[in-house]
Amino acid sequence: MTRHVLRDFLPVVAVATGFVIAWKLLVVIGGYPIFILPPPEVVAARLVAAWRDGTIEPHVVTTLSEILLGFLIGSGLALVTGYALARSRLAERLLSPYLVAAQATPILALAPLIALWFGTGLASKVIICSLIVFFPITVATMVGVGSVDRQLLEVGRAFRATPLQVLTRLEIPGALPAIFGGIRVGATLAVIGAIIGEWAGGESGLGVLINLARGSLFDTPLLFATLVTIAALGVALYWLILVVERRLVGERG
Amino acid sequence: MAPRRARSIGTKTTQTNRVATPASPAGQAPTQPTGHHAAIAVRHCSFGYRDDPPRPALADVSFEVAPGELVAVIGANGTGKSTLLKLIAGLLAPDHGEVTVGGREVRGPDLGVGFVFQEPRLLPWRSALENVAFPLELAGWSRGAREARARDLLRLVGAPDVERLRPHQLSGGMRQRTAIARALALEPAVLLLDEPFSALDALTRERFNVALQSIWRTTGTTILLVTHSISEAIFLADRVVVLAGRPGRIVAQVPIRLGRPRSLVDLDASIVSDVSAAIRAALEREELA
Repeated sequence: MTRHVLRDFLPVVAVATGFVIAWKLLVVIGGYPIFILPPPEVVAARLVAAWRDGTIEPHVVTTLSEILLGFLIGSGLALVTGYALARSRLAERLLSPYLVAAQATPILALAPLIALWFGTGLASKVIICSLIVFFPITVATMVGVGSVDRQLLEVGRAFRATPLQVLTRLEIPGALPAIFGGIRVGATLAVIGAIIGEWAGGESGLGVLINLARGSLFDTPLLFATLVTIAALGVALYWLILVVERRLVGERG
Repeated sequence: MAPRRARSIGTKTTQTNRVATPASPAGQAPTQPTGHHAAIAVRHCSFGYRDDPPRPALADVSFEVAPGELVAVIGANGTGKSTLLKLIAGLLAPDHGEVTVGGREVRGPDLGVGFVFQEPRLLPWRSALENVAFPLELAGWSRGAREARARDLLRLVGAPDVERLRPHQLSGGMRQRTAIARALALEPAVLLLDEPFSALDALTRERFNVALQSIWRTTGTTILLVTHSISEAIFLADRVVVLAGRPGRIVAQVPIRLGRPRSLVDLDASIVSDVSAAIRAALEREELA
């Protein structure tokens, strides 16, 4: 167990340590002032202080709620759409051009519009998160379901599996590795979606805190501390999905 | 599981057969006499794949398999052996003719028919036990009942120690044993085997043939086995159906009058080389024609 943990986490810690050392060297050699590039220890101290005095926590709660809701709604819709695209040629022909067009339109350009239509509350952020999550999971589901081994589906037919049994016992388990590939990408994009939504308009959230730290507070260490928090949030979500993926997909050889 | 097989073993020990029964000039082979219902009856079946260009696979194929009989289908690549099995399994529908299993016309997959494909086709996300239990799960068996049945079946096919392993952790032989156990899960009256041992080495294959004979004797299931190997067909079958040509048609049906149970040394008997020669002659006649 200890060896397993060491093998998995030691390289991660080593890279993080190397990054912090390089960052510190850059500050020292470049002689940058704190408001341009604060050294890592100052950012760390500001991060701890911001958590202790409750500066960051409410923003994290807001952003996390937006991410989770947006991710759940977006991925739910994506799973259904991806399945329909994989199994219905008509659906593929009808929807594919619009999906690609929607993906090609920058979410940064859409965000202010969505904020205008749905207000600066939770709804607009959830919509932006859902939109940004939707495409990669849809494509992954479509590819995953489409690539389920036809021979296994024939086994299902031979044992008279009902359409629902084919879906739940063969297609979904068979497509899971590909679907989780999309979910991993989607989860990290959801974080970006929430921040973009908050920049487009909002009173709370880590995106708002970045704007505050940069503009009115002129607190660059806080800006960096917020960036670190956002990155940690993304990594935590990614790892959580990896754990679920390992449990559901398992070893398949 | 109690043996359902009632027929006596070894009744054909003293009989010999040195002559193949050729098909009629029209390509329609004579059928075996049957009792009330043949376990499998294929009557004037033709089938073609609707590809571009269309690929005719079988032409006017007729034969019957009696209950409890083990029949081998032999033929070169592309003679429609696998297609024939899929027609009997209800995975394909004939363009012309009729297929019945147990006297009922085949109109789709039937739980009374077990199918072992050329590749084991195990679900890679399930353990061997869960794979064997898969058809029982689809049929609505409780978890406890299906696991107990799957364990029994793994024991029957000689793979009792692999129940927790996933397919990628199994050898080719164990994967195929698991697939056979899965096909037997719902106690099918008819078991269709599509070159199940083709991926195994010669020695393992011989061992598996002995195991398959034992399973057949224990379960009493009617078996139709597709194989490329003449010696495998002779070792296992009561009768060999020879398919040839494109589209495939039956050119001979050769009874194997070797005693039961058979052992590998039986393959050295002179009757085996005679039967083998008869099968080869039937195939060569078709090639020359």
